[in-house]
Amino acid sequence: MLDYLLFGALPYVALAVFLIGSIYRYVFKGFQVSSLSSQFLEGDQLFYGSQFFHWGIIMLFFGHLIGFMVPSAVVAWNGDPVRLLILEFTAFGFALSCLVGLLLLIKRRLTTKRIQMVTGPMDYVVYIVLLLQIISGIGIAYFGRWGSNWFAAVMTPYLRSVFAFNPNVDLIAQLSTSNAIAMLMVKTHIASAFLIIGIIPFTRFVHFLVAPVDYLWRRYQLVIWNWNNKEIRKSRNYFPGKSREFNN
Amino acid sequence: MNIRSQISMVFHLDKCIGCHTCSVACKNVWTDRKGAEYMWWNNVETKPGTGYPTKWEDQEIYQGGWEKNGDSVSLRGAGKLKGLKNIFANPNMPVLDDYYEPWQYRYQDLFDAPEGDDQPIGRAVSLVTGEPMEVQAGPNWDDDLSGTPDYARKDVNFKNVSAAEQDAMFQLERMTFHYLPRICNHCLNPACVGSCPSGALYKRGEDGVVLINQERCRAWRMCVTACPYKKSYYNWSTGKSEKCVLCYPRLESAQPPACFHSCVGRIRYMGVMLYDADRIEAVASADEAELVDRHLDIYLDPNDPEVIKAARANGVHDSTIVAAQKSPVYKFVKEWKIALPLHPEFRTLPNLFYVPPLLPAMASVGEDGNYDSVNETLLVGVEKLRVPISYLASLFTAGNENKVIDVFKKLHAVRVSRRNSTVGDVSEQQLNTCMNEAGFDTHVANAIYRLTSLCTYEERFVVPAAHREESIEMLESAHDYKGNTGFGFKERPARGL
Repeated sequence: MLDYLLFGALPYVALAVFLIGSIYRYVFKGFQVSSLSSQFLEGDQLFYGSQFFHWGIIMLFFGHLIGFMVPSAVVAWNGDPVRLLILEFTAFGFALSCLVGLLLLIKRRLTTKRIQMVTGPMDYVVYIVLLLQIISGIGIAYFGRWGSNWFAAVMTPYLRSVFAFNPNVDLIAQLSTSNAIAMLMVKTHIASAFLIIGIIPFTRFVHFLVAPVDYLWRRYQLVIWNWNNKEIRKSRNYFPGKSREFNN
Repeated sequence: MNIRSQISMVFHLDKCIGCHTCSVACKNVWTDRKGAEYMWWNNVETKPGTGYPTKWEDQEIYQGGWEKNGDSVSLRGAGKLKGLKNIFANPNMPVLDDYYEPWQYRYQDLFDAPEGDDQPIGRAVSLVTGEPMEVQAGPNWDDDLSGTPDYARKDVNFKNVSAAEQDAMFQLERMTFHYLPRICNHCLNPACVGSCPSGALYKRGEDGVVLINQERCRAWRMCVTACPYKKSYYNWSTGKSEKCVLCYPRLESAQPPACFHSCVGRIRYMGVMLYDADRIEAVASADEAELVDRHLDIYLDPNDPEVIKAARANGVHDSTIVAAQKSPVYKFVKEWKIALPLHPEFRTLPNLFYVPPLLPAMASVGEDGNYDSVNETLLVGVEKLRVPISYLASLFTAGNENKVIDVFKKLHAVRVSRRNSTVGDVSEQQLNTCMNEAGFDTHVANAIYRLTSLCTYEERFVVPAAHREESIEMLESAHDYKGNTGFGFKERPARGL
């Protein structure tokens, strides 16, 4: 029953809340969409914590994404045990980097008075679910070897079934039950992943939705005409103005 | 030719008395809020000194501004790869302690203290943490050199000043300093705009004011690093960056900003400049030696029929063109060439120009410790200035001393000319020599004198209105809002979760 709640219902609740909440916050609470950086109040401890954490989690995110998008390629890569070990150890390294960074950030937030002044309840929620997520992920890598192999057989079909609106909860139950710890870790990892997705609109997680990738291809200077006189003169233009021009 | 209008400024440093009225006016209007207490969009520094934030001019530390990169420029410490690499933790960004920790006094303790043998005190409490604190620094703690050589000696601009010149200056340091009021320069090539990963910063096409869209700012903090003048500030409470808005609601109704309006010494001038936007990249990447000249060349003559025609074709309003023709900034910068940009080597093409301070040596302390007059006459030439020219050249011309001397010759000639017409004890030969060196006649000298000393409010501030009758159109397309009232709903500036 709990399985059906966590893996059959929670995904849809989380995704619905994520979609509606994020769009609402972006459109109607634009001022509150921010990474809420606290580097200005404390920069030295932030450097190591933030760098380790962010680079680790970005790599893990794309690793998971590749596993979901092209599972056959991952399985093919893992055909050679050496390559499998390279993949697993690299991923494990990024997970450790992520964990170390997160612990440094938590320590910083708890012990710096200035940072305490800009800390809200949701910051602690974020830390708790992230800890849960990273520790369970590390647990899977350690107890449930080799995740990058069985991911293709279990997780990819399960996630596809979720997106096909026909969640196949049995896939999770079919996981080897010989290793109870690994089983618990996997379930925790999946459930807390959907939990993270669900709380994105209510936390500082929103900042990765607005990651500035378009900066890479835009021109440096940005000039905005609030009311472009040249366009006003064109009487056939029903909605003049509002032009955004990426040049000097 | 792509002609745009730019609201531009001149600060006359000889007139600045360092009273900080501008700073207080700005503080009261804009930054008296949580998270903004430490910000001084307008601040007044004593030069030589380290400034606010500490050593802001030292780009070895802060990596601000642009650097020449072939025929173009690239951001020194920000930009696409350098900036995004540092987005999680930016090692070049100034932190609160580089400015100062804002504080308030517990005045209520003075009233509530129980009767005792000692005077009650109101302790300083931090405006960030609310806890009692030892005040370490303030926004202008090097004011008037602060009674110590420590601040002045750390000034970055002494890089090119010889040891002998420095000694001469510090021997006199109790009387050799000037003030440097600073606001956002609303640059033609703003580094803050170029560095913003989310595109929140922009330059307004109509008047060139550089603004931060508070709804698009994501606290990536790159503008704080990239602005070489450190005039973009991070609000630690709202998680958004903020900067001088040049009081744009006042500009749009043809009034000067609060700091201009309140200036006691009347050192500030504001006017419109027409410039050719197509030339920005070429000018910003000019060789350092000709940077100032190329910068001033980008501003066009508003009386030239070709320029007027091109400006109209580009949508510049007729009232803006008329304002450009009456611009006091144009006179100081282009006609008389006695105002210079601050640190042109940062390559942002600032639109705030300074008339450098003419600080003639009236007297100095001799070996015997006596204070002796060094001149026989009241008016001394450029060669006897108290501040080394190389120091001012480091501030205003990227090291080109001749440009500073040219300006001083003109300022000196104005004084000689006025002395001649009011007192009449100047020999004709001296007058002619000065006028020849300055390269103008007494009419121009009188015009400079008039705009410097007798200027009215209307002469100092020639700001074209944004046409109040069309002002809603500055913000929104009127057709979209037909039938609505006001500007629609706006949200409170509440911090995110």
